[in-house]
Amino acid sequence: MAILVIAEHDNASLKPATLNAITAAAKIGGDIHVLVAGSNCAGAAEAAAQVAGVVKVKVADAAHYADQTAENIAALVIETAKSAAYSHLIAPATTGGKNFMPRVAALLDVAQVSDIVGVEAADTFVRPIYAGNVLATVQSSDSVKVITVRTTAFEAAAAAGGSAAVENVAAAADAGNCKLVGRELTKSARPELTAAKIIVSGGRGVGNGENYHALLEPLADKLGAALGASRAAVDAGFVPNDYQVGQTGKIVAPQLYIAVGISGAIQHLAGMKDSKVIVAINKDPEAPIFQVADYGLVGDLFEVVPQLTAAV
Amino acid sequence: MKILVPVKRVVDYNVKVRVKSDGTGVDIANVKMSMNPFDEIAVEEAVRLKEAGVATEVVAVSAGVAGCQETLRTAMAIGADRGILVETDAELQPLAVAKLLKALVDKEQPRVVILGKQAIDDDANQTGQMLAALLDWPQATFASKVVIAGDRATVTREVDGGLETLEIPLPAVITTDLRLNEPRYATLPNIMKAKKKPLDTVKPADFGVDVAPRLKTLKVAEPAKRQAGVKVADVADLVAKLKNEAKVI
Ligand SMILES: Cc1cc2nc3c(=O)[nH]c(=O)nc-3n(C[C@H](O)[C@H](O)[C@H](O)COP(=O)(O)OP(=O)(O)OC[C@H]3O[C@@H](n4cnc5c(N)ncnc54)[C@H](O)[C@@H]3O)c2cc1C
Repeated sequence: MAILVIAEHDNASLKPATLNAITAAAKIGGDIHVLVAGSNCAGAAEAAAQVAGVVKVKVADAAHYADQTAENIAALVIETAKSAAYSHLIAPATTGGKNFMPRVAALLDVAQVSDIVGVEAADTFVRPIYAGNVLATVQSSDSVKVITVRTTAFEAAAAAGGSAAVENVAAAADAGNCKLVGRELTKSARPELTAAKIIVSGGRGVGNGENYHALLEPLADKLGAALGASRAAVDAGFVPNDYQVGQTGKIVAPQLYIAVGISGAIQHLAGMKDSKVIVAINKDPEAPIFQVADYGLVGDLFEVVPQLTAAV
Repeated sequence: MKILVPVKRVVDYNVKVRVKSDGTGVDIANVKMSMNPFDEIAVEEAVRLKEAGVATEVVAVSAGVAGCQETLRTAMAIGADRGILVETDAELQPLAVAKLLKALVDKEQPRVVILGKQAIDDDANQTGQMLAALLDWPQATFASKVVIAGDRATVTREVDGGLETLEIPLPAVITTDLRLNEPRYATLPNIMKAKKKPLDTVKPADFGVDVAPRLKTLKVAEPAKRQAGVKVADVADLVAKLKNEAKVI
């Protein structure tokens, strides 16, 4: 039995989410192959070959993989899956994996099991539904299992220690129909939200973008933390969309999550309730966030946050 | 140009669902049902495109139990011109829905299909992408801005690192993210008008689509509850606890 993990990468290196997906593959059991589709992606392929547990890396290096369009990646995954009888095709449940994997499943005429948080058997998986308020155990009867993995539910595989063979594979035909015409990536020297050990997250209570920056950035700087936000804070334009934590934003599980001026709606809790330690700062003692917080501080965030920044 | 908008009937987002005591499923008897919020955004976007003179007709479609008629009426109250229900009591999984939608696209010949990026019940985030694959159409998922000009759509997408803008030829599938628009409230006159708009009902068998589920749910359970912790007196108390008790800073 062999499993194909589709790597998420930036051509030069692997994204951490790939390492979590590899651990999920290891839980299922079988030889693990990694597919790296990119443009000038030798660096990422080399990194994949060093991940513990990977036995083969397949590299498709072509200009039409530069933008990672769903049409082109899905077509390549289908070609690759045909060439070897893979039992499972696995990608991290990032916006990348979520974009192309269902295309793969439909083209293979199989179901996709989205966002798994547990492996019970090679055909049986646990996945959250209803914003994580319910866990469903599902069994797939399809010949090939197409799976996306919730990265916070699986440890990262060791990035070193492996020595997989690297093999070039032919690129699939370029669908040629989509053109990437713009990219506005948030630049930040801070850790990536989904990989951070500490997250400082702000909600509507912070009031506006200036307050968000003036209050939360110094605290995050001192803690070496990533910055997050509720949907309300993003909708109001305090911070860009990629800060959003929740059911429909990012799923995070840091060692410490500090929620500032966030009420704790179920859609927000869905994205952070697996954090090891949760701190809530809110002036409303009845705010639902206190029901999940390990340490709750009832108070005005405009007084409390500067004190906290000074004290840590 | 015709736009097709699939809409799903789901448990309202304000309801906290309960697992049945025998663990076979979620108890949705007697809970409030609504249109999936992302689909409401899809309907709103299609109606705005019609109001802007880009689209000529907006057709809302739904697959599921007879109660989905209500969801279609809501779509028509926002401004969809007519509705089609693929009626079945069977459990429908995303692949089956995508196949039903493909059959409807073959029949209706829209230039654009706009769907919600995910349904808030199964949180699968699959149907739009699957439909695009079955049709061999390009896709632009997680849209926060859609501009249609001539035979192309320019779509800004919310991705993990920020935003990216794709230009794709029509026909195409677009899925909506939360910030694409803010759906209007249906006014009473529009709700009354929606009752008179055409609503056709068909069956999966009419299209020869096999909707049998591929995934079997063995059990459902509630996740381990997080215990509420303690309230701390002040910042000094908080910092002491984070350092000495939780040891996370
Ligand atoms: C389909 C759907 C998907 C969604 N997905 C997400 C998602 O992914 N992520 C997400 O976060 N939300 C999501 N939501 C929205 C969610 O339901 C809530 O509306 C949102 O999380 C509220 O954000 P908030 O807590 O910042 O704002 P509010 O609920 O308005 O809370 C603000 C809090 O700040 C406190 N506060 C105000 N001033 C101060 C002060 N001076 N000092 C201290 N505290 C103060 C208030 O007491 C209050 O508790 C979704 C909703 C829907 C319908």
